[in-house]
Amino acid sequence: MSQQVAEPKRAKEIFASIQAVFPDAKLEYAKERRLKISVSPSSIRDVSKFVRDKLGFDHISMVSGVDWIAKNQFEIVYFVETSLKPGFEDFVLAISERIPRDNPSAPSLIDIWPGADYHERETHEMFGINFEGHPTTKYFLLPEDWNDIPPLRKDFISPGR
Amino acid sequence: MTTEVTYEPEADRIMNVALGPQHPGAGHFRIQLWLDGDYVVKAEPDPGYVHRGEEKMCEYRNYIQNVPHLERPVILDSSNILFPYALAVDELMGNKVPPRGQYLRVIMSEINRIISHMYFLGIMGMFVGHTTMTTWGMGDRDFWIDIAERIGGARVTFAYIIPGGVRNDMPEGLKERALKTCDWFEKRMDEYEKIFFKNPLYLERTENVGVLTAEDAVKYGATGTVLRASGVRKDVRKDEPYSAYEDFDFDIPVLNSGDSWARSYIALLEMRESVKIIRQAFKNMPQGQVRLKLGPQPRVPPGEVFARTEAARGEMSYHLISDGSPRPYRVKIGTPSFKNMRVLPHLLKGVHVADIPAIYWSLNYWPVEADR
Repeated sequence: MSQQVAEPKRAKEIFASIQAVFPDAKLEYAKERRLKISVSPSSIRDVSKFVRDKLGFDHISMVSGVDWIAKNQFEIVYFVETSLKPGFEDFVLAISERIPRDNPSAPSLIDIWPGADYHERETHEMFGINFEGHPTTKYFLLPEDWNDIPPLRKDFISPGR
Repeated sequence: MTTEVTYEPEADRIMNVALGPQHPGAGHFRIQLWLDGDYVVKAEPDPGYVHRGEEKMCEYRNYIQNVPHLERPVILDSSNILFPYALAVDELMGNKVPPRGQYLRVIMSEINRIISHMYFLGIMGMFVGHTTMTTWGMGDRDFWIDIAERIGGARVTFAYIIPGGVRNDMPEGLKERALKTCDWFEKRMDEYEKIFFKNPLYLERTENVGVLTAEDAVKYGATGTVLRASGVRKDVRKDEPYSAYEDFDFDIPVLNSGDSWARSYIALLEMRESVKIIRQAFKNMPQGQVRLKLGPQPRVPPGEVFARTEAARGEMSYHLISDGSPRPYRVKIGTPSFKNMRVLPHLLKGVHVADIPAIYWSLNYWPVEADR
């Protein structure tokens, strides 16, 4: 990212404390009020537990999926925030993981942040990502009789386009 | 003759009922209920009846063409759903919005907050059988819509807050009229308080109904009025002042009881703060340009951004990815109604069927906003 001119002190500190425990965590970008890290799907649950218990990020703002079709990957981004930790109300941490497009499966974080429930259901049906450990795979926003590929994948072309 | 009492088998006692999607109050939204007599055993929201694929539509249109359709999901609060989108594009492009444009953004955002809260209180009155609040809410809303119409040129969907500033300047002489409306509305709000919020019947229906603790509110990711009515002080306008919000003097109302009454009363308190902000913004309005000239197809450099604002219902957030092409690669919209929806099954567990409307509508849930 190009916007790393002003030294984002807090973001760097948070990243350093995560990297001290999880050396494979990679920095995507650090801004004054934003930090995005990427971790492997196998360690995302441990990172999330650490971030919740030790750093105080107590709820999910939203979960976003991205279809990187050229790289044959899906990216899942969890945006987490804090309501109760003073001094960090303006901070948003994004934890991202990349999974292969052919076998889209990732662990669910529903037991770590219960608010992830509907966000993961939406990502599941819009991208066809299977969240292991999520109790339901019923369609949420899509109609029950939807029988096409998941609509937010890049190779799904909207009718009439 | 002997009388024998037979009980129903357990399996037959639970009845499955669908509330909506044709219910006049629920909107285009269904709640699947499992009832034991008059009690709710389990509730499951079933949204999606008005899903339009806004996020997919964004990928087919350029950054300016996205403006009008993005505000359709929530026509009551249409400027506030565009606000974070404009902030996200501004951040990617490095736009410095002129001060007058920022003030006009704030004015439009706060007028939309009032319009949305008035509608919310009106329907809340309808749900609990208080028709006076319904007619007052719908009627008084119009005075604010009139002002928004003078600024934005339309009555519901203004397409006013755009990347680079606002679409046009406000007309001459609007300030006096807006300040008069502020004075009148502040007196009017005292009447709502007396007639509606202190009404024993309304208190009976909503006090200690659907109590949400602060702990659960945070756990389920509730936001906006729902979160603040449970005693958590969180408002993006204060936490992370965007646009010109750091220039204004206003409070964040917080209530502690977390019941349906608090969730509706906090809307009134917020409208008082909005009036304060609107008055200050009109009085201290800077002169100058209101927008940057970006052209019909602006070039947005590649990058990724997460932007959020405080909409009427809570935190509205966007995750926007640009790959340098004329159209966004990915737009994810996180709406407050979708975030608050997880609270609904939690609150409905174990309540009387008659309490469902008072709990459901107190969440200020707008089905189209959740479905997008």
